[in-house]
Amino acid sequence: MSDPVLQTFGLSKSFAALVATDDVSIDLRPSEIHAIIGPNGAGKSTLIKQITGELRSDSGHVELLGQGVDRLSVPERARLGLGRTFQISQLAMEDTVIENAMLGAIGASGRVWRLWQPVLSADEIRERALEALTRVGLGDHVHTTCAALSHGQRRQLEVAVALTLAPKAFIMDEPMAGLGLEGSKQLVTLLDGLRTEAPILLVEHDMDAVFALADRISVLVYGRILATGTVAEIRANPDVRKAYLGEVA
Amino acid sequence: MISERYLNALVLLAFLAIPVWAILADEPFTITLATRAAILALAAVGLNIALGIGGLVSLGHAVFFGIGGYAMGILAFHAQTYTPLELGGLSLAGTKSMPVVWVVAMITSALAALGIGVLSLRTTGVYFIMITLAFGQMFFYFAISWSAYGGEDGLSIYVRNEFPGINTLVPIQFFGVCFVILCIALYLNARLAASPFGLALNASRQVPARVEAVGLNPTRIKLLAFVISGALTGLAGALFADLNRFVSPTMFSWQLSGELIVLVILGGVGRLMGPVVGAALFVVLEHWLGGLTEFWHIFLGAILLVIVLFARGGVVGLLTGKEGAHV
Repeated sequence: MSDPVLQTFGLSKSFAALVATDDVSIDLRPSEIHAIIGPNGAGKSTLIKQITGELRSDSGHVELLGQGVDRLSVPERARLGLGRTFQISQLAMEDTVIENAMLGAIGASGRVWRLWQPVLSADEIRERALEALTRVGLGDHVHTTCAALSHGQRRQLEVAVALTLAPKAFIMDEPMAGLGLEGSKQLVTLLDGLRTEAPILLVEHDMDAVFALADRISVLVYGRILATGTVAEIRANPDVRKAYLGEVA
Repeated sequence: MISERYLNALVLLAFLAIPVWAILADEPFTITLATRAAILALAAVGLNIALGIGGLVSLGHAVFFGIGGYAMGILAFHAQTYTPLELGGLSLAGTKSMPVVWVVAMITSALAALGIGVLSLRTTGVYFIMITLAFGQMFFYFAISWSAYGGEDGLSIYVRNEFPGINTLVPIQFFGVCFVILCIALYLNARLAASPFGLALNASRQVPARVEAVGLNPTRIKLLAFVISGALTGLAGALFADLNRFVSPTMFSWQLSGELIVLVILGGVGRLMGPVVGAALFVVLEHWLGGLTEFWHIFLGAILLVIVLFARGGVVGLLTGKEGAHV
């Protein structure tokens, strides 16, 4: 088995008396989609923020490509190869679709300190943004203002921005949130093809999507990992059925 | 409704036409008013980079305006009194050269913006406003107590500074100098707004979390914008001092910081020509309403209220039919 791309060791985080995550150790292996599921308030978003650096962990640590990143800030971790998407779209609503995607390309190229060159004439940045937009199916909307996009298109754009980073690992926080049946299907197809580029740590509530995509699933309940395993193992696990799946499946 | 590009050209042409008309009609005071508008516009263009693109509501931009003014005042004071400027063991001669004054004004105000920015950018929202205001007050009271350079009374400079090849004492020629500088600043502003940096700055105002997630540091981006903004406003301060041939602590006052924000909002926050339209309108109202009543600010307030309530994109937004949801 090859070395994991991303690994957490005993991550914990409490907010006052509330334990959000408790001794969470998971890993993300090359070319896999590792889904994290769990009821609301299980600590999924906290875990993601601990990995991306938005939250400081009380204990435990995070390794990306075998390198400890605990002391690194959010932008530093992003530059090392963490490409994250947000549960609630974080897009510049006044800007156009391509401007949003170009922001990612600017971040990836480190060319932010260019004050003179028009960004649209920076071929490398523009091409990179266009390529990502075409892949998610927004190629026909590059000059649309983000505020005019449908919810589904915004979810696609979220993924496109992460794509422009050419990350070593994707961290996706509920990419299907609020999508209709058709939108979910499209995104599932897209993510399915993405795993060979970089593995995906996928937090998702949409069980159909999770079962269709995941190579492995970890179940998070009350901040603890209840079980980790293949789809079949998780489906068959009596604890999981009792704690979580029983309610929905 | 007209396109913004067309409107921008129209505004600059009108700005140029008024003083030309003033010469023909022999109305030199109108040229002075136009010069005042051009200089205030330059100060507001500076503020607009921080406020309009970066979303930094600075209530302390008078600091840079004042530093620019005092840079001019101090250098010219030493030149006209033939005394050297003692700076920590270094003995420098004063100068009456505008380009030298401008460089000094921009460097000192940029350094001040760097220091103020590093501290105040740790905060956001109302705290940022309060910290910049506090810095403004610090500089204001320092200038009042700085007796070497006139203290509360300020400094008078008897003769306007010199620019090679131009007689700056002729109003229209000095207007020309100010107008060209304003145009250069607008060009820089337009380039900056269209650059990768401008895009990232604009995004830092709207979605800082996203900017971090793509590996950029929004605070550093805003800091550079704040420094550029401060340098431009400082340059305007030096020109303003030259226009009046007088520097006083009022250049540091928080009312002036507020006025600069008013200019930007009046014209259109984040619009390239917003500050220019705002400054021109402000000077016209000040002159026209100020001639009718001492309490002309009441009317300015009413106009501002209407703009904020019904035309969020300012006058530029109103004329181009584009609502700006900026800030």
